[in-house]
Amino acid sequence: MHRLPGHPTQSEIDEQTTLGAAYVRSLMRSQLRAGLTAFGFLALTVVTLPLFFDALGNASVVWIVLGFACYPVLVGIAWWYVHRAERNERDFARLVHGVHGPERPPGRPAEGD
Amino acid sequence: MPQSYAITAVAVVVLATVLIGGFGLRISRTTSDFYVASRTVGPRLNAAAISGEYLSAASFLGIAGLLLLHGPDMLWYPVGYTAGYLVLLVFVAAPLRRSGAYTLPDFAEGRLESRQVRLLVSMLVVGVGWLYLTPQLQGAGLTLEILTGAPRWLGGTLVAVVVVVSVAAGGMRSITFVQAFQYWLKLTALLVPALFLVLAWQGDGSPGPEFDEPARFREQRTVRIQDTVDMKLGAPLTVRADGVVDDRRYEDATVSLDEGTHRIAGGTRLTFPEGGEVPRREPGSADSVSQPLATSRADHPLYATYGLIVATFLGTMGLPHVVVRFYTSPNGRAARRTTVVVLGLIGAFYLLPPLYGALGRMYAPELTLSQQADAAVLLMPERLVSGAGGDLLGALIAGGAFAAFLSTASGLTMAVAGVLSQDVLPSRGVRHFRLATALAMVVPLAGALLVTGVPVADAVGMAFAVSASSFCPLLVLGIWWRGLTPPGALAGLLLGGGSALVAVTLTVTGLAGDGWLHTLLAWPAVWSVPVGFLAMVLGSLATRSSVPPHTSATMTRLHLPESLSVQETAAAAESGDGASAAPAPAAERRVR
Repeated sequence: MHRLPGHPTQSEIDEQTTLGAAYVRSLMRSQLRAGLTAFGFLALTVVTLPLFFDALGNASVVWIVLGFACYPVLVGIAWWYVHRAERNERDFARLVHGVHGPERPPGRPAEGD
Repeated sequence: MPQSYAITAVAVVVLATVLIGGFGLRISRTTSDFYVASRTVGPRLNAAAISGEYLSAASFLGIAGLLLLHGPDMLWYPVGYTAGYLVLLVFVAAPLRRSGAYTLPDFAEGRLESRQVRLLVSMLVVGVGWLYLTPQLQGAGLTLEILTGAPRWLGGTLVAVVVVVSVAAGGMRSITFVQAFQYWLKLTALLVPALFLVLAWQGDGSPGPEFDEPARFREQRTVRIQDTVDMKLGAPLTVRADGVVDDRRYEDATVSLDEGTHRIAGGTRLTFPEGGEVPRREPGSADSVSQPLATSRADHPLYATYGLIVATFLGTMGLPHVVVRFYTSPNGRAARRTTVVVLGLIGAFYLLPPLYGALGRMYAPELTLSQQADAAVLLMPERLVSGAGGDLLGALIAGGAFAAFLSTASGLTMAVAGVLSQDVLPSRGVRHFRLATALAMVVPLAGALLVTGVPVADAVGMAFAVSASSFCPLLVLGIWWRGLTPPGALAGLLLGGGSALVAVTLTVTGLAGDGWLHTLLAWPAVWSVPVGFLAMVLGSLATRSSVPPHTSATMTRLHLPESLSVQETAAAAESGDGASAAPAPAAERRVR
């Protein structure tokens, strides 16, 4: 049976996060940038499509684009985002590990899970 | 379709659901197992479960019916349902999992450290959950009635009982197995008949899909109008009528109808000629799964399309049965990868309903008049494949439709029961969870049995709009903005979610008037989502002093990968500043 990993107590986290806060902020910024890029691309496409369809007035194009073509694009954006977000986390881990020496605590999985 | 086939298919689905639920019961032992399957559900199983839960009867039957009724604009529904997961992925998935909470109220309390916010979020979760459950049960009653002629209350009650038993017995773990099974069942139930239908369509000489308005009858067809309907003709048409047309009685006589709107009384039979234009039904009085606030769509289609896009794109992340699933992933990274698989799975599923919609426009265009557009998917096999083959395919689809009701209803029940047992009932624990399960289902069941006049899709759209205007701002701002305060969150939840709720209630009860006002109220997400965000941001800026004291620590927990510990990051920051050269103690938290 698996147990939930124990969270450090609130006061411990508070003490330590004031130190790590600047680091976490930089991680948040890079993750938010990745998220906003993906969302911006989606939003731009989606806002213009109905106007485009309206101007075009051809129902077959609507069927093809919305019925089939858009799903690979959605999965593609998701794929790109996940790779970007995981790279951001790897870079961050390297930053954290790099500062206090190359040794890794025993038993740690190599990267993530 | 012979009743026995459909009854057998539904019985098999119900039995399989109960059996797989029972399998889950043998392995769910602890409270943690019960609620979140001990967070050990891998991405593939979890993604199938999320997809199985998400694809309700509105997706399985409703989209094809909508396409039949309103044409290709309705394709935005499946696109929005899918893209909602993309928005969820890029802003919410991993931090939500890392928040370490069981439910949405847990997240709200953990982030904002306020009992009041927790209470309001709990109420909204239960409200949105019940809003979404009631039409599922109503839809189940409707479907069973169409399939087998059973009384309307039976389908809803059957779904309610099966769901309560399987959720209360096994909790989340059993639901995970059940949901994953039902995704594959639903996909098979649409895919296999679709292959045969396409073959039959080719055998028919591959007639060109009639994408352009208006649809035309491919052969002479007689339609029996069930309830009185207003139909609109784009060109004059000659039909045979047996019944009452425009308040005049005809006994199987030929009638020449002018261009314009005609009222056909219930019980009338109309025979349309081959090649004749299929009349459009004027929206308004009817109640059906595929009637999405149709009145205002006709007036301002572009605005309605944007309203639909905003509600589905942003509403998905707040749906209670969607959110609770992310806590079952082992870590934030897995939560992200799970979401990508979900996008693939539901995207693959949504390729099929448009196919049924397109075939429906060719082979069953008269369903728009007889107010059974939702039955298009169910009826397609017998229209195209003759004999026992068509009946068997029809039964397969019937089983899939019932799986759709069961899976969405159990996911919603799970989520609502989780919130009820944590925030309403006095103590936690498995026994109280079972009580909460019954409670979570009793209210919507009563609603489904007592209230019959509310269109199903209206209530579902209501849930999406309310979720988009309340939970979306809470999650996005809570995860990415340190300045969010409890009073700001309360203001946003009340103004955004509240105004959306009021708007759609006014629409459903018919108090919304007409013209632009009606359109704005019927599709509230376009303005109510900005209201929710704005109220949350301005409210927080006005009460800057009440930023929760542990905000910085909470943000760290939300965004720090599980493979890194707080201690390590702190030590790195410390030595990076040159303040200390002491090596960090080995991390104690290890997440697998």
